[in-house]
Amino acid sequence: MILKLGSDSGVPDVVVPLRHPWTWAASGMAVLIAAAVAVSVATNPAFQWPVVAKYLFDAQILGGLLRTLELTVVAMAMGLVLGTVLAIMRLSANPLLSTLSWLYIWFFRSVPVLVQLIFWYNFGALYPTLVLRVPFGPELYHASMNAVITPLTAALAGLGLAQAAYTAEVIRAGIASVAHGQTRAAKALGMRPATIFVRIVFPQAMRVIIPPVGNEVISMVKSTSLVSVIALSDLLYTAQLIYARTYETIPLLIVASLWYLAIVSVLSAGQHVLERRYRQR
Amino acid sequence: MVRIRGLVKRFAGREVLSGIDLDVPAGSVMCIIGPSGSGKSTLLSCINHLERIDGGRLWVGGELVGYREYKGRLYELPERQIAGMRQKVGMVFQHFNLFPHMTALQNIIEAPIRVKGEPAATAKRRAMALLERVGLAAKHASFPAQLSGGEQQRVAIARALAMEPQLMLFDEPTSALDPELVGEVLAVMKDLARSGMTMVVVTHELAFAREVGDELTFMDAGLVVERGRPRDVLAAPQEARTRDFLSRVL
Repeated sequence: MILKLGSDSGVPDVVVPLRHPWTWAASGMAVLIAAAVAVSVATNPAFQWPVVAKYLFDAQILGGLLRTLELTVVAMAMGLVLGTVLAIMRLSANPLLSTLSWLYIWFFRSVPVLVQLIFWYNFGALYPTLVLRVPFGPELYHASMNAVITPLTAALAGLGLAQAAYTAEVIRAGIASVAHGQTRAAKALGMRPATIFVRIVFPQAMRVIIPPVGNEVISMVKSTSLVSVIALSDLLYTAQLIYARTYETIPLLIVASLWYLAIVSVLSAGQHVLERRYRQR
Repeated sequence: MVRIRGLVKRFAGREVLSGIDLDVPAGSVMCIIGPSGSGKSTLLSCINHLERIDGGRLWVGGELVGYREYKGRLYELPERQIAGMRQKVGMVFQHFNLFPHMTALQNIIEAPIRVKGEPAATAKRRAMALLERVGLAAKHASFPAQLSGGEQQRVAIARALAMEPQLMLFDEPTSALDPELVGEVLAVMKDLARSGMTMVVVTHELAFAREVGDELTFMDAGLVVERGRPRDVLAAPQEARTRDFLSRVL
């Protein structure tokens, strides 16, 4: 029996792919619904689009935007640095260091960030004065806690310390993902522990660390809006201040939302670029 | 070059090496064979202190490895000092363990630059010569994932040689390779043996042991069962366990 391909007639076969009529019907429905929503949003006067346009580039709003970006960058930087330290402690062979790190992560992941923010804001009630001194020696620094804990420092402490707990887990997983043979090979070459970490383990861990940290940054942009509870004029609180005066609640919330959308879009693009750079070759 | 006396190693209470005595004279090639789980790879890892030993003494180049002896006690050395000793001992692994985020050339120059503080230009020049020696000069810009197993292992050998070691340890260097790639790695090792390098080779390649080895050690259950000239041990094993093992692998 000889297997023959193609038809005997010499005319090429016509291949008809399987049709998916229901997929097309469902897609049509989805497009219709989306269009209806878009038309409604654009034409419903209650959205007050002219007011949105008026405030979108308002100086006060842009000031709030800047504060939001500042909080994101500084709190995230704190989270990364402290998180790396916590991750290394967590992986340490010393049970004391590893338990301390575990406790930190447990605590700061368990208490809601909103509660942490209010707590730091009221820290002066626990410790009215801040004193730095050499143990059993002279004082180096003395200040009222209320002068040290401004809304800004309370916000940074609340966001940064909580972020460190999350980042620590991400970094720990990244470091643990690097094959043990890599450390053995580096040791066999006579490399010291610090060199091995910086040159061999960390660059490989980055590939695993970057995607979730990208998510954390995006999440942080929005978490900063929590600081409105301690009266720090970030993007959301600025919008709230304005609509408290003018009662244009919806358009100002749209202004804030548009800026959050813009920031997250830029960050997502950045994350994509970074992921490509660290992709395994 | 290597002197081992009464070496004991335990993993979680289980003894994997139960008193090993072994000598590897400078310039000689020692091949170690034995069934899996016999402790031969662990023994190799003890020689450069990748594994801490639980008893006995181990010297490389006359220096006690991993410990300082003072008034009859052994004090473990800090990792920093052990790293200094490891520079003199090259190691090649079964699974190559090349650094995947670096090119072949970067893999080779990393340790000379970071550990010895060699200028980058010198390190690169020497690395290219080493790649030439293992027949891979054209692949210097390739990443490990772009190389075949045999090529990766040859880069790994060049990487170890870049530290100019006095002793080379090979841990089943061809066991993870496709059969047709084994030859190219063994050829590089033969060339290295001919150049006078002191080598300890854990292997299943009996032909290589017969041709290149100066001495053959058969290990089983954490003990040295038999040793001698490879030709003698392979042709006329004295111990029943050796005969049993050889009859199963030949």
